Amino acid sequence: MIAAVALLAGIIAGLVLHPTVPGSLEPYLPIAVVAALDAVFGGIRARLDGIFDSKVFVVSFVSNVVVAALIVFLGDKLGVGGQLSTAVVVVLGIRIFGNAAAIRRHVFRA
Amino acid sequence: MSDQEGQPPESVISKPPPTSRARHLRATALIGVLLALLGFAIAVQLKAKSVDKLAGLRDDDLITILDDQNSRADRLRSQIAQLQVTEQQLQASGDRDSVARQQAEQQAQALGILLGTLPATGPGVAVRITDPRHKLEAEDLLDVVEELRGAGAEAIQFGSVRVSTSTAFSASASGVAVDGTTLTAPYTVLAIGDAQTLATALAIPGGVAATARAAGGDAAITQLARVDITAVRALPTPKYAKPAPN
Repeated sequence: MIAAVALLAGIIAGLVLHPTVPGSLEPYLPIAVVAALDAVFGGIRARLDGIFDSKVFVVSFVSNVVVAALIVFLGDKLGVGGQLSTAVVVVLGIRIFGNAAAIRRHVFRA
Repeated sequence: MSDQEGQPPESVISKPPPTSRARHLRATALIGVLLALLGFAIAVQLKAKSVDKLAGLRDDDLITILDDQNSRADRLRSQIAQLQVTEQQLQASGDRDSVARQQAEQQAQALGILLGTLPATGPGVAVRITDPRHKLEAEDLLDVVEELRGAGAEAIQFGSVRVSTSTAFSASASGVAVDGTTLTAPYTVLAIGDAQTLATALAIPGGVAATARAAGGDAAITQLARVDITAVRALPTPKYAKPAPN
């Protein structure tokens, strides 16, 4: 419950404050968002499975974001940033779909 | 990337015991902060995307787009050049066509005048040949035409008949038949050419004028600045001769 409220508050804050993204961070923000979404879906699924752990969630959230951004950063330095970010998005997307399927089974029993 | 789905059941065991409420609260707050950050980032990203499509792209993507645009511009430029060349070619060929048509028209007119299919006008002479004793024969009248031709006459009208390359003079009962048309004295001959030369050619000793006088008639030669030859003949169609391929 607190998590949902916090998410909503963050969205509202972003819409109201409309800050500008620093140029150096621009390529990494969307990847970081996708990685964080992956962690969030994983957390929801764990919660429905009854195995949710705050510590695991926090660590997975942060490490997901950091590792995704790091991969893209490294890719940029190697000149394959575009391809690597695509790869990261694909992998995270697959995981999100998997988690969403598990959540769906829990919620709808189907 | 650690995730929740692969967590072994022991994570259930590691759930905070009810006694450590402070730790539980801290974790909840941390989760709240993280999710708030996520929401914030999502909102920012959505905003940035909707404001400017290019601003959020990385350098090599921008370079790729720039390259695409450049090559597209190059393609379009070369297309423009090609089309301009085509346009010039078409214009040139149009010019050539009109020049050729003009030349053809001029040639047709020149040939029409020489063949007698077109009326003609220009400086020349009018000759009136009288023959009260009917002693002038077809050959004498043909001599008139020959003399005029020799002096460079470009168009000749004999009586009401336009003289051409195939014009024939033949004797007839009442006078002379030119191309089948019977003419009687006095004969009027119109010729376009250099008037002075034509008059001189007709008046030479032993020439046309002398012949007419010897026959008891006369040849009155008038030099005119403008002679109108209105008689025309049909364009002869060659029956046997055909243009030879060069």
